[in-house]
Amino acid sequence: MAVGSEINPNDAIPSAQNVEILFFGQLKERLKCSKLSLEITQPLTISELKLRLVSQYPDWQPWLEERELLAALNQTMSSSDEIVKAGDELAFFPPVTGG
Amino acid sequence: MSIHIQVQTDDFNVGDEHNTLCSNNKSDGAVVTFTGLVREFSSGDNVIALELEHYPGMTEQLLQSIAEQAQTRWQLARICIIHRVGYLALGEQIVFVGVTSRHRQAAFEGAQFIMDYLKNHATFWKKEHFKDSSNWVEFKQSDKQAMGRWES
Repeated sequence: MAVGSEINPNDAIPSAQNVEILFFGQLKERLKCSKLSLEITQPLTISELKLRLVSQYPDWQPWLEERELLAALNQTMSSSDEIVKAGDELAFFPPVTGG
Repeated sequence: MSIHIQVQTDDFNVGDEHNTLCSNNKSDGAVVTFTGLVREFSSGDNVIALELEHYPGMTEQLLQSIAEQAQTRWQLARICIIHRVGYLALGEQIVFVGVTSRHRQAAFEGAQFIMDYLKNHATFWKKEHFKDSSNWVEFKQSDKQAMGRWES
């Protein structure tokens, strides 16, 4: 978390106050967004953060509330009650279909 | 013990990968490899290609952890996992899993375990392209059921 303390405003490096949010697969296509940076003032659970996104982007509600949607916090699969802090990377995506 | 993980757009050569698994390897009596190909798996419509997307960073970590889990369950000296991403035409190779072991049973089971885990956990998403449209592939319950055999 201390990583962000020396950020040069000219850099595209995520701010320490922000959570980097990524979307993949069909979700990315539906939201027409692969990535965004969300400022948070205090730690939130993944569900709370989802609500923040929905209030900011009401059109996204049906896709973000899909039951099968998965979340990974800092590249580890996570449940919706896990805590997101500034500087974290959070990804949302549908069930995987590789192989 | 060695693990090789690669996510790439380029094709791979099964012969080369097989040779790498066998070269300077005097202790293993078994090599099992699996190659996945792009097929017409949608009902009715003709799939002309697949497009594969992944979560860079997380995918490699997951594949590494699947390979490590396989090595804790079976004596697998060498493991190679290659997965392609991007636009792949019908008949092209998508995925390669190769393992070596002293004996065949561990090699067969280990390779199958890796493929089952990869299908269920590795962060890849497939989109089918048809002549005039495209469609994201839905997660298959049968893949989830295939996992059941490793949970005892």
